[in-house]
Amino acid sequence: MARRMRNGGRRSSVGGDTVIDETEKDAASDGAGEEFAEEFVPTEADGDMFGGTPPKKPKHFWPSAKRLFGLLRAERAAMLVVVALVAISVVLTVIAPKILGMAMDTIFNGIIGAQLPAGLTLDQVIEQARANGNGQFADMLQGTSVVPGEGIDFAVLGRLIIVVLAMYTVASVLMWLQGYLLNGLVMRAVYGLRQDIEEKLNRLPLSYFDTRQRGDLMSRVTNDVDNIQAALQQAFSQLVQSVLMVVGIAAMMFIVSWQLALIALIALPLSGIIAGVIGVRSQKLFTAQWKNTGALNGHIEESFSGQDIVRAFGRDREMLEEFDRRNESLFKASFGAQFVSGMIMPSMTFVSYLSYVLIAVVGGLRVASGQMTLGDATAFIQYSREFSQPIGQMAGMANMLQSGVASAERTFELLDADEQQPETATATLPARTDGRVEFQHVTFSYDPEHPLIEDLSFSAEPGHTIAIVGPTGAGKTTLVNLVMRFYELTGGRILLDGVDITDLSRHDLRSRIGMVLQDAWLFGGTIRENIRYGRLDATDEEVVEAAEATMVDRFVRQLPEGYDTIIDAEGGSVSAGERQLITIARAFLANPSLLILDEATSSVDTRTELLVQHAMAALRTDRTSFVIAHRLSTIRDADTILVMQQGRIVEQGDHETLLERRGAYYDLYMSQFRGGEEADTGAGAPTGAVPTLTGTTSQT
Amino acid sequence: MALLSLTLRAARPYAAWIAAVVVLQLIATIAALYLPSLNAQIIDKGIASGDLEFIWNTGMLMLTVCLVQAAAAITAIYFGARTAMAVGRDLRRWVYRKVDSLSALEVNRFGAATLITRGTNDVQQVQMLVLMTLNFMVSTPIMCIGGIIMALREDLGLSWLVWVSVPTLALVVGVLVYFLMPLFRLMQDRIDGINGVLREQITGIRVVRAFVREPFESDRYRRANKAITDVSVKVGNLFVLMFPAIMMILHLATAAVLWFGGERVDAGEMQVGALTAFLQYLLQILMAVMMGVFMVMMIPRAVVCAERIDEVLRTETHQVVPETERVPSPTEGRVEFRNVTFGYPGAERPVLDDVSFVAEPGRTTAIIGSTGAGKTTLVALVPRLYDPQQGEVTIGGVPVAELTRRQLADTVALVPQKPYLFSGTVASNLRVGDEHASDDDLWEALRVAQAEDFVRDMPKGLDSPIAQGGSNVSGGQRQRLSIARALLAKPKVYLFDDSFSALDVTTDARLREALGRVTGEAALIVVAQRVSTIVDADRIIVLDGGVIVGSGTHEELLADNPTYQEIVESQLSAEVV
Repeated sequence: MARRMRNGGRRSSVGGDTVIDETEKDAASDGAGEEFAEEFVPTEADGDMFGGTPPKKPKHFWPSAKRLFGLLRAERAAMLVVVALVAISVVLTVIAPKILGMAMDTIFNGIIGAQLPAGLTLDQVIEQARANGNGQFADMLQGTSVVPGEGIDFAVLGRLIIVVLAMYTVASVLMWLQGYLLNGLVMRAVYGLRQDIEEKLNRLPLSYFDTRQRGDLMSRVTNDVDNIQAALQQAFSQLVQSVLMVVGIAAMMFIVSWQLALIALIALPLSGIIAGVIGVRSQKLFTAQWKNTGALNGHIEESFSGQDIVRAFGRDREMLEEFDRRNESLFKASFGAQFVSGMIMPSMTFVSYLSYVLIAVVGGLRVASGQMTLGDATAFIQYSREFSQPIGQMAGMANMLQSGVASAERTFELLDADEQQPETATATLPARTDGRVEFQHVTFSYDPEHPLIEDLSFSAEPGHTIAIVGPTGAGKTTLVNLVMRFYELTGGRILLDGVDITDLSRHDLRSRIGMVLQDAWLFGGTIRENIRYGRLDATDEEVVEAAEATMVDRFVRQLPEGYDTIIDAEGGSVSAGERQLITIARAFLANPSLLILDEATSSVDTRTELLVQHAMAALRTDRTSFVIAHRLSTIRDADTILVMQQGRIVEQGDHETLLERRGAYYDLYMSQFRGGEEADTGAGAPTGAVPTLTGTTSQT
Repeated sequence: MALLSLTLRAARPYAAWIAAVVVLQLIATIAALYLPSLNAQIIDKGIASGDLEFIWNTGMLMLTVCLVQAAAAITAIYFGARTAMAVGRDLRRWVYRKVDSLSALEVNRFGAATLITRGTNDVQQVQMLVLMTLNFMVSTPIMCIGGIIMALREDLGLSWLVWVSVPTLALVVGVLVYFLMPLFRLMQDRIDGINGVLREQITGIRVVRAFVREPFESDRYRRANKAITDVSVKVGNLFVLMFPAIMMILHLATAAVLWFGGERVDAGEMQVGALTAFLQYLLQILMAVMMGVFMVMMIPRAVVCAERIDEVLRTETHQVVPETERVPSPTEGRVEFRNVTFGYPGAERPVLDDVSFVAEPGRTTAIIGSTGAGKTTLVALVPRLYDPQQGEVTIGGVPVAELTRRQLADTVALVPQKPYLFSGTVASNLRVGDEHASDDDLWEALRVAQAEDFVRDMPKGLDSPIAQGGSNVSGGQRQRLSIARALLAKPKVYLFDDSFSALDVTTDARLREALGRVTGEAALIVVAQRVSTIVDADRIIVLDGGVIVGSGTHEELLADNPTYQEIVESQLSAEVV
């Protein structure tokens, strides 16, 4: 259906041979095809390890980001607590190395002190050193608080270590606590978002689903939500934490030694440049790798799923050559991407080693000349090491956040889509409806430029069977969809038992109607559950009864698991025809007052169909039914046959009347029942109006 | 085991590169380990004695070591990336070639979907593990062992700190990972679960609405959502323990080094520079251990992937196809089935049981029968998609098993039940039948296949894009394009496997009429469900339960074949009540 909307131009001009119904018929297989395609697109997770899916960029970053964080609005107080906890733990983490430096000083002072004669003051020792021409040593001592003759002061050292440990412990606990709180509140928000999506899906009009690629819609409600969850859970807290860490460490470095801080800051633009240059380059290479991966995977998919054709037309060699070519270029692209991106880490390590060396040397010189203590130098080395990590993290988290916001944007688009008309139920139907359906001047189109059904009027009497026939694209499926109120009319109205269906709630209307679609949709569950879907409170006996009536029981009994056979998405264990029979059983069980069969037996072979028809006939006796069928044999005994062409009813009447009229129905019938006389004679059919035809087609 | 043997096999050609990676990582690691020791010397010899020159010189040495380290590390990455990507490329090639050599039956046993996953995602997982191993895991043990040696060199007395802290960290991270792994898997299951529910709701939206099952579905969804939320919360709560726990251990180790190291320094058993070096080594070792544990997390997933790849590679094909021409190509399209029996492995009953018939050239032979009668299987035996267990299929007197793939492809053209188109254009798809066909040839084939009108209506005609599988054209259009493709191949045998089912009856009739004019002396084998499609066939073969139960013209069969009568009756008479 999606195609129809996009290729609207093509539809109108192909005469009777338009794409609508064929397209719908293929919906099931298309769905499978899409699932197929989706399955092999590397997931977000794979992408991350690989250096990322093609960068997703949001269209409007700030409004979408604001709305994304708006999801957490209900938890504003908790959010504040989280931010406060992060801030406190960062402050503690940032101060701790300074204290460790003090511990280091205590040790160093102790060693130096132990070497010096006791009883003298520090100044006296310095004087002595200078006097002995040992100026360097004197300078160094100047910056310390050495007590000559005293070894390491373990009381002080112990206190410092306990303080540091206490700080780290508190920081770790707070870190854990904020993670715990954030996790809980993000998951609550994501849970809410998922529920919003579900509710939204139920309120969207069917046309929304028709006009969008299923794969795209699926990824909006699945991958994008996962992505949002990841962004909120990780990116947010880590980003806050990283920013605070960078600020905190920078501040501490300046407090400890502004000279060394300047040296350390040189590393900042350096790593920025490296990350920038390599990053941009590797981003390009990753895009190339991604493209090549897609091209190769596409080729593999095609070769494997079209293998019969490849074989039958002897294209093996060409396909193999193409594979080798694409495989080789993927190798080149991915090697380049992996190498260049792999360079980032050693390069960053190099920069951090570089600043380590500089700090060690300059720090060493400064300590030696007494302008700085050893503890401060070691603290500084620790700071400079911790500095590069949050910077790298910030870059990663910014990417993740950007991707999360892009996903959020796509999800919000879904949440903002126009909804179906709200319920305006003013009337209700009696418990048992008669099933009288009346179309009054109904006009309908999927898009305004291409009217599909124009001024259509007819009525279906209670208990009657109305067959709708016509070439593909005539609007047959659309017509019955209108009865279900899957789409809103452009003009006119449809009455059920004299009540305008727009005055009924959709629930009320649809619960009166049983519908079997050409697309035999079954969900992943047992056959029993799938049949019971028609009436949830049906007993097992009733389920089996319905199955027996619709020829389902026959093949179910041959399955090893019987009614407990699990139907999977690809439906391996049951054929297309069998799936259709199960959907018929489902409608049978629902026992509605109005029955709609839309190509319900198109995949069932004709002999089985005949048997199903017996059952359907029983089901149809006291209710109105609409039957759409390609095979005219299915509908010959209908009370009224509507012949549709291009959205209009061109003929109306029962089988005999229409044949006698020698119009459109006659033509259709002729083309389908060539050589039919012998058959009918063989079956003892009484009709005299059966064509005798040989050889030529009757179509003119 | 599969992982190890598979990667070893794939990596063997690149042994030299791997050796280079190991050597370079060794150099890089040693260089990295050398730095703290140099720093210690700066403290002990430079600062403590105020020797500025020593500080400068050592600083220069450190700078050189840094450069060596960076150069070695980057070169190691070069070879590592090259090796890992080459391994991936080779694995993909192996899988592709293996699948190409398998018969359709063997391919179907796997299913195309899983083979594609194995050839793409699974290989990627293994390739990624190889990359990670070469980039990180090689250096982890070097770093650990080297770090321990260096640390012990600085001071033996503190070695017990290494023996305590390393296992503690490994244990804590290991335990967390141990609990997290099954939860991660569970979370993936639950994600699949909720996505499955959504997928069903979206694909089945009409049915859901028609049966007013929105409340039921919403309830199902809410349960799935609850389930995923619960497990995500659990994962998150465990996960947030990881980082603080690791930090705590590192900081405890630091504090312990300072305290106990301080005692040793005070007792004159250790120098203060050695203390700082020891501290840095310990932290390096702990980081390496942590990385190692995280890397190990990747292994289980890659093991599963490797097993799946290995399973494909170990599959032996039972179909022998001549590589070079042994016999001349058939000169006429007379297809003969001689006592052909075919059954799927493990099935109780064969699909085709002792089937014999001849399809004459220039004639149409129709196959009819109920679903599951064996029609499609019968057709698939001609281009050797399957091979019969007994009996043989010949074309023009030549057994198909004697022909090369090329010969067979030139002789037979198949229009399968589910037509498959390749991504590209209308023209590129048609030229699969004949690479050298001119545009006029293409239009002629389209005309016969009743596809001319809609192709002309496409915005770009022959150059209109076709999506993978042909998903952007309708089923009927797909069938007609694939018929045109077969026509271009100008084969001696046409096989139409229910190829007209998606066409409306008038198009069907026109198509068959046009087809009759162009197929000439070729043999046509037409499988159909609709009697109207085959009434004109020169011969109709009625298949029921894998056995030929009748053969003759429409009139003959109608006169004396009960199965055929039943089929015809079911289609032509609707007087069922």
